[in-house]
Amino acid sequence: MFGIDWETIGPLYVRAFGQTLYMVSVAMLAGGLAGLVLGTLLYTTRRGGLLQNRLVYNVLNFVVNLIRPIPFILLLAFIGPVTLAVVGTQIGTEAVIFPLAIAASFAVSRIVEQNLVTIDPGVIEAARAMGASPLRIILTLLVPEALGPLILGYTFMFIAVVDASAVAGIIGGGGLGDLAIVYGYQRFNYPVTLLAVITIIVIVQLVQVLGNALARRALRR
Amino acid sequence: MVRFDGVSKTFPVGKQTVVAVENVSLTIEQGEIFAIIGYSGAGKSTLVRLINGLERVTSGTVTVDGIDVTALSESKLRPVRSGIGMIFQQFNLFRSRTVAGNVAYPLKVAGWPREKRAARVAELLEFVGLGERARSYPDQLSGGQKQRVGIARALATSPKLLLADESTSALDPETTQEVLRLLQKVNRELGVTVVVITHEMDVVRSIADRVAVLDRGRVVEQDTVFEVFSNPKTETARRFVGTVIRDRPTSGDLTRLRASHSGRLVTAQVREGGRVGAILAGAAELGVSFEIVYGGISALQDRSFGSLTLELQGPDAGIDALLVRLREHTDVEEVAA
Ligand SMILES: Nc1ncnc2c1ncn2[C@@H]1O[C@H](COP(=O)(O)OP(=O)(O)OP(=O)(O)O)[C@@H](O)[C@H]1O
Ligand SMILES: [Mg+2]
Repeated sequence: MFGIDWETIGPLYVRAFGQTLYMVSVAMLAGGLAGLVLGTLLYTTRRGGLLQNRLVYNVLNFVVNLIRPIPFILLLAFIGPVTLAVVGTQIGTEAVIFPLAIAASFAVSRIVEQNLVTIDPGVIEAARAMGASPLRIILTLLVPEALGPLILGYTFMFIAVVDASAVAGIIGGGGLGDLAIVYGYQRFNYPVTLLAVITIIVIVQLVQVLGNALARRALRR
Repeated sequence: MVRFDGVSKTFPVGKQTVVAVENVSLTIEQGEIFAIIGYSGAGKSTLVRLINGLERVTSGTVTVDGIDVTALSESKLRPVRSGIGMIFQQFNLFRSRTVAGNVAYPLKVAGWPREKRAARVAELLEFVGLGERARSYPDQLSGGQKQRVGIARALATSPKLLLADESTSALDPETTQEVLRLLQKVNRELGVTVVVITHEMDVVRSIADRVAVLDRGRVVEQDTVFEVFSNPKTETARRFVGTVIRDRPTSGDLTRLRASHSGRLVTAQVREGGRVGAILAGAAELGVSFEIVYGGISALQDRSFGSLTLELQGPDAGIDALLVRLREHTDVEEVAA
């Protein structure tokens, strides 16, 4: 069907699909959480913030700016030694997840910071006037108040991580990107490339639709 | 209830410092509605924020209910803040929480158990007349309703002191009156001391007992509302009073009056129990005739006051004698041509 030899490609496709989902979801979970913490720290330590701290802010800000512009394919190689130390190997799916999570957490931290900045300072002032501690405000107010835009930001990030995960193949991480290049492009089997691309498009569309729906609920419009 | 002693607050702005509040001393009594009025940038918001320590003094002390808040650390201040309600011009409601959730938040902060919170929230929403809207979100409410939620939320922990920073400035005149009536109810029925910050003299006149006039960080006048309205002593206070009471001719009015009146013009204060009318009735005996050319009389805190500008005609000796009689009872100013 579709000019694809399902006998051989079928199992490979299923495996690649699983690898992509695995890489992207673990990286999003870990990176999303780390990015949330990092972004909240950026937001609260900035001037006029709840935990205003120039030194912490400047250091974090510098590190985020340092890591973020590095193209993912280079980051993969650049932090190889760290990956080896943390994951125990520099090749394979797990070895892709680590740099993917790192890249995601730095990008998410900016998204989180930018969305928290849009919270009306008056709302935080009201909570302070009630005697709420900075920690309570951070834990119970910041995320709920910015939830709608945060969901959209995470949706955007998820898609960026799917994009980045396509280069996993170069260190033996597999995934749909690898399938498209190795079995499609390099073997002149265009239908396989098309299959991988369509699958990625479908994943991205589904996530976007879901993200939009959740954000709409959070914003109640 | 609240005492400022020589309080100053400056902000560093670049290399310079901005003086927001300068050497303010004043006392707000338990149970009163105290207004602080001033133009934009006069330092009103800074002044109230010093009361609950959202802003810390540069010098001087602020005492709230016997506690020197200027001496407390940020963490020691929190329980004090919990006992002071605050409402804001932009309402500052939590958009992510329902009306009930907003009102419950300060109760959670104060450590109330869940069962007691629900009952308290219901009681508060009833008090502000929003019992039906508990499950609405702030975005679904009108401005007046939002401020009612703000008031319910501020009253949740039964504070003895309520700070209202421009609480009606974002509302239309009718809604403003509604909210002011509610603040009055809070003051009268719950015995809460209310500090009202405003730039509208109408707000002061509607609900305040006493008022402080703030001008560029300094308190230039401080008295009962009746006294400030009927006898403003500073130019700033006169301008504010002039925004709601137009019983004194401006220089423009005087020029116009001059053009059509040749007699001597005097402005006499009219006060509760004054006898301006009775004295004028005797003007004819002195050969003096009079005409009322400008003025008005209003009531404030159930007492009337105002001023009348008169044109007096007749022999100078007679007019002088009439002025002597008037001055025995009230302030009279001869207005220059
Ligand atoms: N955080 C701050 N940093 C620097 N300057 C400030 C700060 N807060 C207030 N000011 C300055 O202090 C002065 C008083 O400000 P404040 O907000 O208290 O005035 P206000 O009387 O409440 O004015 P408005 O009616 O516009 O609300 C202003 O000159 C303002 O620019
Ligand atoms: Mg202000």
